[in-house]
Amino acid sequence: MTQVAPEQPLHRALGLTDEEHGRIHELLGRDPNDFELAVFSLLWSEHCGYKHSALLLKRLPSKGERVLQGPGENAGVIDLGDGEAVAFKVESHNHPSAVEPFQGAATGVGGILRDIVAMGARPIALLDGLRFAEPDHHFDRAVAGIGHYGNSVGVATVGGEAVFDEAYRDNCLVNAMCIGLLPSLRLLDSRARVKGAHVVLYGATTGRDGIGGASVLASAELGEEDTDKRPSVQVGDPFTGKKLIEASLELVEGGLVESLQDCGAAGLASSLAEMARDGAGIDVHLDRVPLRETGMDPWEIMISESQERMVAVVRPQMLEAVRGVCARWELDCTPIGDVSDTGELRAFYDDDLVGTIPASLLTDECPRYEVNREPHTLDDVEPSAHNSSPKAWIYERYDQLVGSRTVRRPGLDAAVLRLRPSLRGLAVSLQGPPPGERDPFRAGVLAVLGAARNVACAGGEPLALTDCLNFGNPEKPAIAWELEQAIEGISRAADALGVPVVSGNVSLYNDTDGRSIPPTPVVGCVGLVPDVRFLPGAWGSGDIVLVATAPGELDLAAEAALVRFVWKAAPVLTLAHDVSDGGLTEALHEAEAYSGLRADVELPKAAPGGQVLLACAPDDVERLGAKGLRRIGVVR
Amino acid sequence: MTSPQPRIGVLRFPGTCDDRDALWALAALDAEAIFVWHTETRLPDLDAVVLPGGFSYGDYLRCGAIARFAPALEAVAAFAAEGGLVLGICNGFQILCEAGLLPGVLRRNESLSFVCRDVPLVVERTDTPFTSRCDEGERLTIPVKHGEGCWFADDALYDELEANRQIVLRYAEPVNGSRNDVAGVVNERGNVMGLMPHPEHAVDPLLGSADGALILSSLVEAARDRALAAV
Repeated sequence: MTQVAPEQPLHRALGLTDEEHGRIHELLGRDPNDFELAVFSLLWSEHCGYKHSALLLKRLPSKGERVLQGPGENAGVIDLGDGEAVAFKVESHNHPSAVEPFQGAATGVGGILRDIVAMGARPIALLDGLRFAEPDHHFDRAVAGIGHYGNSVGVATVGGEAVFDEAYRDNCLVNAMCIGLLPSLRLLDSRARVKGAHVVLYGATTGRDGIGGASVLASAELGEEDTDKRPSVQVGDPFTGKKLIEASLELVEGGLVESLQDCGAAGLASSLAEMARDGAGIDVHLDRVPLRETGMDPWEIMISESQERMVAVVRPQMLEAVRGVCARWELDCTPIGDVSDTGELRAFYDDDLVGTIPASLLTDECPRYEVNREPHTLDDVEPSAHNSSPKAWIYERYDQLVGSRTVRRPGLDAAVLRLRPSLRGLAVSLQGPPPGERDPFRAGVLAVLGAARNVACAGGEPLALTDCLNFGNPEKPAIAWELEQAIEGISRAADALGVPVVSGNVSLYNDTDGRSIPPTPVVGCVGLVPDVRFLPGAWGSGDIVLVATAPGELDLAAEAALVRFVWKAAPVLTLAHDVSDGGLTEALHEAEAYSGLRADVELPKAAPGGQVLLACAPDDVERLGAKGLRRIGVVR
Repeated sequence: MTSPQPRIGVLRFPGTCDDRDALWALAALDAEAIFVWHTETRLPDLDAVVLPGGFSYGDYLRCGAIARFAPALEAVAAFAAEGGLVLGICNGFQILCEAGLLPGVLRRNESLSFVCRDVPLVVERTDTPFTSRCDEGERLTIPVKHGEGCWFADDALYDELEANRQIVLRYAEPVNGSRNDVAGVVNERGNVMGLMPHPEHAVDPLLGSADGALILSSLVEAARDRALAAV
């Protein structure tokens, strides 16, 4: 817990610099009170405000014909045609997972699910990117936490990655990606636009959970540590999470709400600021918020990160119907405020005004820093032997099947989810750089290419990406350079593939005792499968085994051509498997294990470019063409 | 004129997860499947009831321990007492055991971990409304996905169930530590069955296996016979 020297001004204890404090004074035209300062400190944090990363993130390509919603909302949304759309996003929960891997991972899953629901989409799949030092108890608890939440809410967990590397010993990575479906005409955004509409909080009650960054307020006010006010790690309640999902979808499908917002990081402060940012304005009465603890101060209610809560904007005439849906799902439902036209986020407690801030100052005026960047050389390390160990025990602990869409289950590259009742499908993957890779530019490129090849191997045409940027402290010039390089790598690879990055998250400050994690951009890819009856799967006896290779090293045009070749050829392939970190030998063993059949092959020399192991019936070989393709053997 | 569609109710608790899957699977097998909410004190006019998988009321206590007290479950118990067909899948099986409608208890898996994978099953009995379309000794592949699927009965109860031929399905390999690899049982009267594997996830070969359709279509057929008999 942060110790606050008595003479230290509150803004510094809250993590705001003197310049930022001055800027707040200037923007408000007065000194902020403690309540307002607490709200600013959270909204202007890296987590909410992206102050060290926003300028760099602009580099990412985010436009495209299919993009219905790009970055900036709870999740990106891509048009699938036929009136369907897919919402998806990856988010980190690294710091909580380092403290308590079970609850950290569980609440990470809960949070990303609510982001998807806030877009009005039904979550259909989860993927998890896990990076730990070794498959130890900590890792096991994170896996259990993901299962605890995902299994209980009835959303299939269908993929991701598990990478082991000593560099993550003190700062493990838990990245969770969620995919949801919605009719393309029903795209909700989070803004409040209807003056006089109610702001309704529904779901769980509010306690002192996760009052993290602002915990110093407790100390500052008390002058000494007070265990009653010590912030706690967020605890997930998947049962309430499940009811929240079902109730939210019922509200959306019934047309009962104008917009939805997850109550996530920075709690009501963040969700209300997001809702009010386009000039609407919101008056919130914090004394109306149902509490699970006594004696909470207004600022605590405003920033509490209690899980399983959502905020909706509801027209007055819909309020009774909204109450009815929440009652049916046994959820608290409380109008806590109203939409105004003042542009101000005004907070009241027992009718006393406790704070008033123009909402746009919290979001749009968040300082954006040009970070000093210092190039340096990072040497790749030998990947841990744990990376070659079988992973089935991990995904067998997740419900992969609920929803009746999982046509291709986890085990080899991407999973495929059927877009019932049609025969189309979504291929989905989540992947970071290969184990041991340390160069940030290459890490960005390889994460994108790996995610895209995985989708292509499952028969999907990559449509769009989401990224989770896990780095150290960006205020260190070396780390800022790594972040910039990785973003450049992601951008160039995405440009080459012609796919946009429509959502994402940054997790910075993954440092312990001055040591930072290696640059770890983790990339999720969603691809469209034209017909799920024709997917690569297991090879059969007598099938011809081939290798497709992108010539050169990081020749992005050639890499994109390889991806295109694989998804286009997929309907005639019996098997396709990305040759990732372990090289061809390991890829071959994985394909053999997956299919239960050995193959007699002569392995070619290792190539620096991307490679895919393929198999097809002898009669189909000619249909594949010859470019970049090499026949290496036959399945026994 | 084809035979009528039997009407099968799918019970929904807060926290039920496989409710839609059960509904889709039954509809695909030509039943009229409808949801029944947990607070209903009377069942609508039904030819069979399915209790699907999931985590009723979160199952933070013993699985099914709260659901057994749901108003709809009293209605299901009354329906079963009149000879109505009731199938409990996974959490539904747990609830039926907790409610005393089926014998035995379901404990945590021997591994102490959740498990989701296809498992081989052996059909022990085909003269039930739930397995009439199977052959005796037939092997089925149906997925399991549970953390508390280890079925247990003490010696006296187990011997009694064997004598009454109430063991309907067994795992063909150890899955969760269940006593004598029991995967599914019926009550003495034979009109209530529970199983841990998920037949509703195995009705479409595109999703891996269609063996579950043998169980669900047996139920649909038996329900149709009852609907016809009632006309």
